[in-house]
Amino acid sequence: MTLPKATDMRSLIISLQSEFYKSRKTLAFWASILLPLAICGMITIGFFSNAEKVIARNYPPDALWGIYSGSALGIMGMLILPFYVIFMAFSVNNIEHKNDTWKTLFAQPLNKFSIYAAKYLYAVLLIFISLFLFAVFTIAFGYLLHALNNGLRFNEFSPVALLSKLYLKLFLSSLGILSVQFIISLIWGDFLKPMGIGFIGVIMGIIVATKGWPYAYLVPYSHPTLVLSLSKGKDAPDIFSREIYSSLIYALVFFIIGYFIVARKSVK
Amino acid sequence: MSELVIETRGLTYNFGSQKVVDNLSLKVNKGSIYGFLGPNGAGKTTSIKILLNLLKSPADTVFLFGKEINTHRIESLKRLGALVEQPAIYGHLSGKENLINRCILLGLKKSKATDLLELVGLADSANKKAANYSLGMKQRLGIALALLPDPELLLLDEPTNGLDPNGIIEIRNLMIDLASNHGKTILVSSHLLSEIEKIATHVGIINKGKLLFQGTIAELHDLSKPTLEIETTDVAGAAAFLTDQGYVLIGSESKKLSLLFNSPEESAVINAILVNNGYQVSSICPIRKDLEHLFLDITKSN
Repeated sequence: MTLPKATDMRSLIISLQSEFYKSRKTLAFWASILLPLAICGMITIGFFSNAEKVIARNYPPDALWGIYSGSALGIMGMLILPFYVIFMAFSVNNIEHKNDTWKTLFAQPLNKFSIYAAKYLYAVLLIFISLFLFAVFTIAFGYLLHALNNGLRFNEFSPVALLSKLYLKLFLSSLGILSVQFIISLIWGDFLKPMGIGFIGVIMGIIVATKGWPYAYLVPYSHPTLVLSLSKGKDAPDIFSREIYSSLIYALVFFIIGYFIVARKSVK
Repeated sequence: MSELVIETRGLTYNFGSQKVVDNLSLKVNKGSIYGFLGPNGAGKTTSIKILLNLLKSPADTVFLFGKEINTHRIESLKRLGALVEQPAIYGHLSGKENLINRCILLGLKKSKATDLLELVGLADSANKKAANYSLGMKQRLGIALALLPDPELLLLDEPTNGLDPNGIIEIRNLMIDLASNHGKTILVSSHLLSEIEKIATHVGIINKGKLLFQGTIAELHDLSKPTLEIETTDVAGAAAFLTDQGYVLIGSESKKLSLLFNSPEESAVINAILVNNGYQVSSICPIRKDLEHLFLDITKSN
């Protein structure tokens, strides 16, 4: 592979724009915004309606933030995030499978690798947006809860640093799953195979991560769970822990393999 | 000598052990409408995919605009538009959005989308979801997508597939207009000769990956001029006699000789002079091969 040129960069940006344009009316795109809004919204409503009980227990502000953000993180990290990533990998590829547009896409006067990379990057971007919004909504709704009910002392502790770090780790830990699922969705145009394999992967990942298997960090599907379980004990986890490195290596390797698959696939 | 827009030199392509394209040497001149004919599975679509560099050709076998395709991929693709197999359309987007998406990819102004919808007669359905388009409308949208960058060369793989007679005529007229008034070069594939006959200036006939005929439409017609077949006992003598009389022979076999057929009256005259001069004529009949039969013959004999 030769060094990227300025025109390849232009190809990449153009392709990214096109990915956005193509998917802006699809569930995959809106899910990245609506999912954090819905989950954070529901938890906030739950807290607000149970405010009396929560206040009665008189948690210190940092523990209050912990319980509140933990509910979103728990549901999110263990189950929703892996499935969301699987769905994302599926939808960015499915849009071409469904319409039989791979060959047209690769017959455009654009660098082939840029076209592929843009697709991958678009999925990464959507996951980033989603997790970013999770962090933003969690923090914003926490302060909103305080504004609505002064008894909830969300104002006395700032979770911004900790939550940003955790969500960043979740984001990085999801890239391994994304790359594996991205390839599966590239090869097979149907819904069942990526979902089935992904489902088994996620269940397996949760089991190996929670049972404390020493090599769990080698299974991409366990990375988000590992990120959450390791960070429970300590309040300031390192960003680049073992499972994050593992996730990034998986991402890189499968991203490159995927290009060779797509280059062959485009012609059939 | 006119400029070659497409040239393949002894191109051979295999899918595994199967030869799909066999020593193909296409020559498509600038400004021509080149009818690429062949039965289903003859290698037309594979050839078009090679011209789009979707399938990688061996080095120095495929030249677009005089340049080797593998080393000038993006440059060549910028100058052509293509419709391969079914039109590649995003069903969840409207016709207009499909075109706008392509405008983004090609770095064109979005207003071009509207112009092309007008051109292919889809302006009224511009905002309808493309999934709900009829087959013919999809085909038109596919053609609009191919025309979007105003390419010098158009590769159209069975463009009238699924169109009703009106649609076929419209697309045909559009192709003729593009070639004669806008200097475009068009390679259009089809398995129907009758369709190509009406528009093409040049024809290439392919079967089982091999190019069996390549030339102008007039050259193809020459192959199919009506002939008069005469069966006689003394072919050599009759041939010499008829040549003496000023007739042009176009072939002779052991018992048969053939000359160009001009009119029934002339056939009668030929019959009479042969018999009067002692040649026994057992049969005399005019044979007309229409292009359709010629095409079948060419592709069958392979």
